[in-house]
Amino acid sequence: MEITVTINESDHAGDVEPRTLLVDHIRRTVGLTGTHIGCDTTSCGACTVLMDGRPVKSCTVLAAQADGAEVTTVEGLKTADGLHPIQSAFTDDHGLQCGFCTPGMMLVGASLIAENPDPSDDEVRWAISGNLCRCTGYMNIVKAIRTAAARTAAAASESNGS
Amino acid sequence: MFPSRFDLIVAETISDAVQAKADAGEGGRFLAGGQSLIPMMKMRVAFPEKLIDINRISGMDAIERSNGHLHVGALVRHADVAASDAAFGAIVAAAPWVADPLVRNRGTMCGSVAHCDPEGDWNSVLLATGADVVARGPGGERPIPIGEFVDGAFTSSLAEDELVVGLRIPVPAGRSGGAYLKLERKIGDYATVAVASHLELDDSGAIAAAGLAMTSVNPINTKVVDAEALMVGQQPSAELFAEAAELAAAAAEPRDDVRGTAAWKRQVVRTYTKRGLAAAAQQAEGS
Repeated sequence: MEITVTINESDHAGDVEPRTLLVDHIRRTVGLTGTHIGCDTTSCGACTVLMDGRPVKSCTVLAAQADGAEVTTVEGLKTADGLHPIQSAFTDDHGLQCGFCTPGMMLVGASLIAENPDPSDDEVRWAISGNLCRCTGYMNIVKAIRTAAARTAAAASESNGS
Repeated sequence: MFPSRFDLIVAETISDAVQAKADAGEGGRFLAGGQSLIPMMKMRVAFPEKLIDINRISGMDAIERSNGHLHVGALVRHADVAASDAAFGAIVAAAPWVADPLVRNRGTMCGSVAHCDPEGDWNSVLLATGADVVARGPGGERPIPIGEFVDGAFTSSLAEDELVVGLRIPVPAGRSGGAYLKLERKIGDYATVAVASHLELDDSGAIAAAGLAMTSVNPINTKVVDAEALMVGQQPSAELFAEAAELAAAAAEPRDDVRGTAAWKRQVVRTYTKRGLAAAAQQAEGS
């Protein structure tokens, strides 16, 4: 069936089998391999993308269900000025070890900060509770998300001139 | 992994969806959030020939109160329930404990109820609050009390051509409170044990209505009717809740498994029943 999915602000039209999963469509058809396939059983969150702004597990959504939707993958986080604050914070705070869970962690972190500009440790831990890091590097993931929140808030107050 | 081949029918209206299901017969399945069905299809435990996607039907995404009921549409996601001001008591308490945050953004409350997973969280909450499932078939709509809706593990009493279009949960007229206490090994796991509590108080502070149901300690979600009957007409007290907890523990027949021993789970039932009822009473007294 013919679908058009807006991925990172570009429209991608294509013909998919109904059983094609969104994650496979993103990786194989569109060619964006930043979205990972981890457990493939709705447990690990490595395949997290934002679908119409909400983080979801793209291994558990049919590509056809994303027809007409706006999807953001990790590749879509970067801004005109360079890295997204969540990306630079993960770099600075050593928020990754092997990097496999990182795209999902960063998308969930970015989505959390958009809703809650100053999350506590507990709020961050709750938000990432659907994403597994098998390096168990959670301490620095939490730290990086909070750093990104603080930098985002500081940049916002600077641009407001306050 | 990917599912076996199927035809996808994207329904635009409820009647189209119902008609498509009637045409498809046994080989048809409805798809809402898909957070249970899609994994089952990937594992080839489920292999519908025709999948009827209801996500594009408009008007089913509201959670709101009217005519003394909380109405939850078929496309209300768990995250919407958690964020809703209209929800109350045990419903508010349970919403954040269903699956994990990512699944809650996609999975629907009605889908979860219709799935009849014997270890699902919502059906205990619905048993405690006395909810109806609203089904629509070619002949119109009918409410089905949750106790009659669940026929067994993964089996509902829905007719083949009926779609769950919503839930109808009575909103208590007076003071009320509720709780959902869930023990799980990790976020997203099934409950090791969970207990849903619901209390309504009359003007004198006595219990006017009581709901108590358990998850994961019997072959299906279980309403503890003798404990409910015991509490009605009584003043809330620690002694009363301890007595209710004994009845709940007696009604639980958990099994030894990877999540713990039967004896320990029964003890958790006891503790969670006491704590849950106390929390429900406290919430009701402050409401």
